[in-house]
Amino acid sequence: MSSFTKAFSSTLGKKLIMSLTGLFLCLFLIVHLLGNLQLFKHDDGMAFNVYSHFMTHFPPIKIVSYLLYLSIVFHAVYALIITIRNSKARKVGYAVYKGSANSTWSSRNMGILGTILLIFIVVHMSNFWAEYHWGGLPFIKYETSLNNPEEVKVTKLPYNGNELVYSQYVDTQAGTEVVVAKDLNIIVMDLFKIWWYVVLYVIAMIAMGFHLYHGFQSGFQTLGFDHKKYKPVIDFLGLWVFSIIIPAVFAAMPLYVFFFK
Amino acid sequence: MSGNMNLTLKVWRQKNAADKGGFVTYKADDVSPDMSFLEMLDIVNERLVKKTEDPIHFDHDCREGICGACSLYINGRPHGPKQAITTCQLHMRSFSDGETITIEPWRAEAFPVIKDLAVDRTAFDRIQEAGGFISVNTGGVPDANEIPIPKVVADEAFNSATCIQCGACVAACKNASAALFVSAKISQLALLPQGQTERYRRVQAMVAQMDAEGFGSCTNTGACEVECPKGISLTNINRMRRDYFNAKFFKEEEIH
Repeated sequence: MSSFTKAFSSTLGKKLIMSLTGLFLCLFLIVHLLGNLQLFKHDDGMAFNVYSHFMTHFPPIKIVSYLLYLSIVFHAVYALIITIRNSKARKVGYAVYKGSANSTWSSRNMGILGTILLIFIVVHMSNFWAEYHWGGLPFIKYETSLNNPEEVKVTKLPYNGNELVYSQYVDTQAGTEVVVAKDLNIIVMDLFKIWWYVVLYVIAMIAMGFHLYHGFQSGFQTLGFDHKKYKPVIDFLGLWVFSIIIPAVFAAMPLYVFFFK
Repeated sequence: MSGNMNLTLKVWRQKNAADKGGFVTYKADDVSPDMSFLEMLDIVNERLVKKTEDPIHFDHDCREGICGACSLYINGRPHGPKQAITTCQLHMRSFSDGETITIEPWRAEAFPVIKDLAVDRTAFDRIQEAGGFISVNTGGVPDANEIPIPKVVADEAFNSATCIQCGACVAACKNASAALFVSAKISQLALLPQGQTERYRRVQAMVAQMDAEGFGSCTNTGACEVECPKGISLTNINRMRRDYFNAKFFKEEEIH
């Protein structure tokens, strides 16, 4: 075995894979959140639909998206491998175990939280990602007046796989800027009108908050990052940004659509 | 005597490594709150011997918190409910009259039970033998303070060196990981000039032995740090990771 394979098959190395994939997924969350903030706009989903097209067609983003799928798979598979080894390390458990006396609840339940998140990711991707790629989405046409950008004419176009493609052009005769795009926005709006989807999404975001409360700072520790000067910064970001703000804003999206759109 | 306590003990009894084992309940009556936990067990054992029953086996030696021999997982926590002490330093005043106390051995596949509450902790010795040393040639005694070492570095190395190898970190960890012990033993040498020559060989050898012994992965729960009777900090584990990844990914292994 080479030095690299040996390193990655050790208990420290397997955790290194968990850390690198996990932190990459954290980074993705920021981008995903910022993009999805466009759902809060009242523009019949124009910005969101244009953004969806960009994210699925811009080559550098596509490369990153494959990295993302790989990260999810590796994170889950290695979690399983590590958990199996860890349970083999203590086959006979304790009759009385007071974990709460020495560790946080999240840190002891990363596997359960991660499983909830994996189920959520499968549901989430089949709802939107698979739908967008292969689902036969309806199209939508936005005609924005060049003289008055406030004036937008929206036409819904039913699904027509052979003829409709994404297009963006200026119609000089009509004096409008035309955008034709797959209407992912309507799929999101329809789904978030179903109460139990909203509940599922909110539960998943709570689970993500707890998962990242331990996961974010733990990822840095696994890399060996630990210093009095910047450990508090990592802990602060892990708590406020990754386990409170990001999950809260994500959870706000289905709630907002359900109650106000 | 007034103020003495009557306790119920649920003690793990296991004849040998092959035996399945199980809990046996004992009455520990008239226990003074000023006794140490091990003295209380001594009294229970004396009563068992008088009744010609097999006394409860448990590890102990110095009984002043410096040798690392005593263990015992008491009421769900290694070395009992108090922090920064070993079981021998735990006093019965930490319990209340009428309480039921559950006493279990350290649980880890790498620490097989020898008998009752005594476990085999030689896995730690084998990890130490794999690299927890420095090689020094024989010769004249070097002058004191010949090699300058900054105070903070010396203090940090001594903090790591206070590990008494009791195994509470493994017992406390939900993954039965030995990361805190191994990293303390690596750190105490890696921090000092004398440990530099073998620094990267050492970390690789000791981690490899730790894995071979069947300890789990560290998932940074921090339970070990809280339960360590000597207050060894998690910083050691992170230092071990830095040295290990540094050795594996960035250091020369052969001349080329």
